[in-house]
Formats: sequence, C-alpha cells, structure tokens
Amino acid sequence: MANRGNGSGSAGSSVNMDRRKIAIAAMLACLAALAVLPFVAEKFYVQLFTKILIMGIFAMSLDLLIGYAGLVSFGHAAYFGAAAYVLAMISPQYEAASLWTTLPIAIGASALLALVIGALVLRTSGIYFIMVTLAFSQMLFFLFHDTKIAGGTDGIYIYVRPAADILGWKPFDLENVNHLYFAVLALFVGVFVLLRTVLGSLFGRVIEGIRINEHRMRSLGYPTFRYKLTCFVIAGALAGLAGYLSAIQFGFVNPEMLAWHMSGSVMMMVILGGMGSLTGPALGAMAMMLLELALQALPEVGGIRLGKHWQLLMGSFIVLVALLLPYGLIGLLRKRAPADGAAGHG
Amino acid sequence: MLRARGVARHFGGLAAVNDVSLECRMGEVHAVIGPNGAGKTTLINLLSGDLPVSSGRIELRGRDVTGLAPHQISRLGVGRSYQKTNVFLPLTVFENCRLAAQSRLASSMRFFRPALRYRAPAEAAERALSEVGLEARAGVPLAALSHGERRQVEIAMTLATDPRVLLLDEPLAGMGAEESVRIVELLQKLVHNHAILLVEHDMDAVFTVADVLTVMVNGNVLESGSPERIRGSRAVQEAYLGTDDAQE
Repeated sequence: MANRGNGSGSAGSSVNMDRRKIAIAAMLACLAALAVLPFVAEKFYVQLFTKILIMGIFAMSLDLLIGYAGLVSFGHAAYFGAAAYVLAMISPQYEAASLWTTLPIAIGASALLALVIGALVLRTSGIYFIMVTLAFSQMLFFLFHDTKIAGGTDGIYIYVRPAADILGWKPFDLENVNHLYFAVLALFVGVFVLLRTVLGSLFGRVIEGIRINEHRMRSLGYPTFRYKLTCFVIAGALAGLAGYLSAIQFGFVNPEMLAWHMSGSVMMMVILGGMGSLTGPALGAMAMMLLELALQALPEVGGIRLGKHWQLLMGSFIVLVALLLPYGLIGLLRKRAPADGAAGHG
Repeated sequence: MLRARGVARHFGGLAAVNDVSLECRMGEVHAVIGPNGAGKTTLINLLSGDLPVSSGRIELRGRDVTGLAPHQISRLGVGRSYQKTNVFLPLTVFENCRLAAQSRLASSMRFFRPALRYRAPAEAAERALSEVGLEARAGVPLAALSHGERRQVEIAMTLATDPRVLLLDEPLAGMGAEESVRIVELLQKLVHNHAILLVEHDMDAVFTVADVLTVMVNGNVLESGSPERIRGSRAVQEAYLGTDDAQE
C-alpha cells in the first residue's frame, strides 16, 4: 500500500509492485511453513507455535490501537484476560462446553468491557490515556487477585476443553494438539485478513487520519470519538479471542493474564516487531518467544548462569532494537522506511 | 447564510473577540481585516466551533448553531482553512483531499469495502485539486511539498468537503505571487455559489475580491461596509496609521 491514494501513476509504482509481490510471496511461504509444521516437528514445537500464533493475534489487536489509531493502550491485558475468565467461569466443571456458544460469549464480554472502559478512557489523550488504560486493567487484575472470585490468586482450571460438535458431528477436537494448532492458525490468518480489510476500508482511513491529525479530522466533519471507540472495541474483541484461545491451550486461567506484565510484554512485541504493520507485531511475538526460549537455554559461562538471567539479555536486546531499528524488525525487511512512517503495510 | 450576533470570547480578563456581529451572504466575499491580535482568527474559531463562544449567537441559514461541535458545523456545510497549515503530512496530496471528501459520505463506519472503491470522494478530491492547480502533485506526500503548495492543499481540502460557507484564515500567507493570483481568481469564481469569509493581510487581494469589509481592532468591530467606505474611513486610517506613528 506504499502507493495508496496515488491517483496518477508515479515513477516508483513498478518498484512498489515488485516489492509487493515479494512481500506476498514471503507471506505465502511463511504460511506454507506454518501449515506443514505439525507434520515435521515434535509436539513441543507445535505447542510453542500455537502459543506464538495466539500472542500474534493479541499483538496485532494491540497494534490496531497503537500503530494505526495512535492510541497507546497500556491495559490491553484486561480484554485478553477477561475472555479467558469468562470461558473458565461458564465452562461446566467436568464436561466440555460448546465452542460455538462460549467463543462468542467470551469475545462479546471483552468487547463490552472495551466499550465501557473505552467510553471513559478515550476522553483523555497522550500520557493520561496510557495511565488510565493501565489503571482500569489493574483494577480488573486486583478484582480477581484479591477476592475469591474464580479461585483468587490460584486461578481456575478448565479441565475439559470446549467441544466443536455441531449436532453430533465433530469437525475437529481441541484436545488434539494438532487440531488446536490448525484452529489457531486459521484464526490467526482470519484475523490478519480481517484487519487488512478493515484498515483499507473507509473506517481504516478515518482512524489513520485520527492518528496523524485528530483536530483536522474533527474540523473536516468526522465525529472522532465514535471512531476511536469503535476501534477500541474491535481491538478489545480480538484481544479477547487471543485470551480465549490461550485459556483453551493451557486449560488454566489466573490473574496474571490480566496483569500489567502481560500488557507490557504484548506492547514490547508490537514495538519490537514494528508498529503500524500487521506482520510486524506477529513477527515480534515470534521473535520474543523464541528468544526467550533460546536465552533460557544458555549455558553457564564463567560461573554465571546466563540462562537464569535471560531477562537481562532480553532487555538488552530490546534496547538494541529500539536504538538501531526505529521501525522494528519489520523495518529490516523493508528496503527503506515507509513514506508515511507507520501505516497500511502488511 | 452565516450570521454572528454579538459574539464574544474572553480568555480570562482579555476580550479576544468582543460583541462582534457580521453576516456572510451567499455570493459575497466578506473580508475581515485588522492588525495582528485583532481577534480575526479567534472569530473564525468561534464560527467554526473550534472554540465555544462566551456569549452571543451564531446562526446558519437562520438556524441557531451556537455551541455545536466542529464536526457538526462542518457537516452543515461550513468549511474552514487554517492560518497555520493543518494537514496530514505523511499522506499524499490526493489522499489528504480524498479523506476530506470522504467526510461527506453519510458514514465512514464501513469496514469491508476498500476505500478507493468509493468513487464520489475520489472524484471530489480530483476536482478540488484541479481547482487549486495541484493535479500534477497528486501522488506526492505532503511532507515533500513546499510551504506554498501545502497552503494550496489546505484550501483544496476545504473545497473537497463541498461547503456552502468558506471560512478562510489567511489563505495567501506564505504563497508565491503566482499561486496567490491563482487563489484570488479561484475565490472570484467560488463566490458565485459560496458565502466566503476571508481573513487576509494581503490588502491588494482583499480589495480585489471583497464585497464587504469588516475592520477589527482589539477584538472589536471598528468599521464595516463596502470597500469604498472602508477606504475612505477616517477611523480605519487612524487605526492603521496610528500604529505607524507609534513606531516612529
């Protein structure tokens, strides 16, 4: 979309077309690799990539706010955790809930939460917006942490994963590691395509305009609050989808899913991968989780157990990326910085 | 079309605009002139809803629009341009205007169909660009334009929203001579089916296009009337010459 909005042909458009083809080819290659993974890799890696794809969905949803609408939410874990808790609380203890009812309920709950919180926090902006989003998510965290609701600090287990049965027919089984993986992969691709579509729509143009110059959008006749709130709700709903999937994968929900650490780490994935693109945050999620694994496996060197202090190394890595790659990891893959700083690129 | 009745805006004890009444009629350029700090931009901000009035009333086609938000006033057909260029720097010239024109669709809460498939905003953007003479620059990001060209885009964006009332805040400031001539000609063309309120320092341009002039000093209307009357006004001459005397 580097030549978006270009009514007349420009000299650079054929170069852009080539680059676009390469980007699409690279994406299809990644997709093919992800599709064959369960057939060639051990179960451990299938589970790892399930987790990566879930975090990828979560990171893309946050990037809709940070990278596209310019709304730096530091409380995105609230919507992730809320859907997970809803699933845990509405699931019967010893039998499977239905995927087809729990999924919309859980996502709906996150969307509703985002609507209520969004209606309040979107009245602020800048640093205050960051603070208030954080405050609301921490309120939710302490609600579950300090009370006996849903097991308090211990969290609750989901003993049986939701079943995908439709009138007795079982299209797939989420208890099966590979089936879960493919379900998550399909949803990841679905969310990617959905966000791409939405970002290219009239709505997408409006939120981009709001990020760049909200004041002018208002004087052009756009009721900006309504658009920001809608964007906040979409991002919350998608974060809810990620939280729901995460709860299914681990069969366990605890207050940590709502905590600011979670909001912070998904924000780091977005920044690390590259704001204002969709592949960036997905890449960031993968990079961070693979790196975490690799750093934890580091051997003892000169009496220092590097693996134990992996967070120190991770921190240094993030600082380096922030200093050297202003457009994140995705900036490495693009020849030059996008003309419009951050928008509209896959 | 647009009428201000006893409009005032106070900032603390300072009356930036004090009891100003004026009317902007269809087919007329109403120019507001005055020394810096006279309250001209504040007046436009009041008319466009960017600032709430402290007192007074604003009417559009006889309807009370006092206190409406900027986006509501814009949607009622009042377009404004800014003295300090207020655009979308990372976006192309075309997209700046297309986004402006998109605001005229009933709603932009459309999530699936690609934005460029909507023909009306694209056509309105192209029209606005050809009016200011920037068609050739359509694909260039605003950030890569000269100051004068950005000023032209500023006006094109306002036109792309297809307003009936134009509030132009120093549209010629920072433009080259050639560009200025073009915009003056454009204003002379637009006036036939628009009501135009023009704040401008370029007196040649003002006296070329204005049908009615209002002179503001320190937030107050000093004089209002036809260009001939303003030219011959003793009070206006004193207000302008007076500042010169003080400097000597």
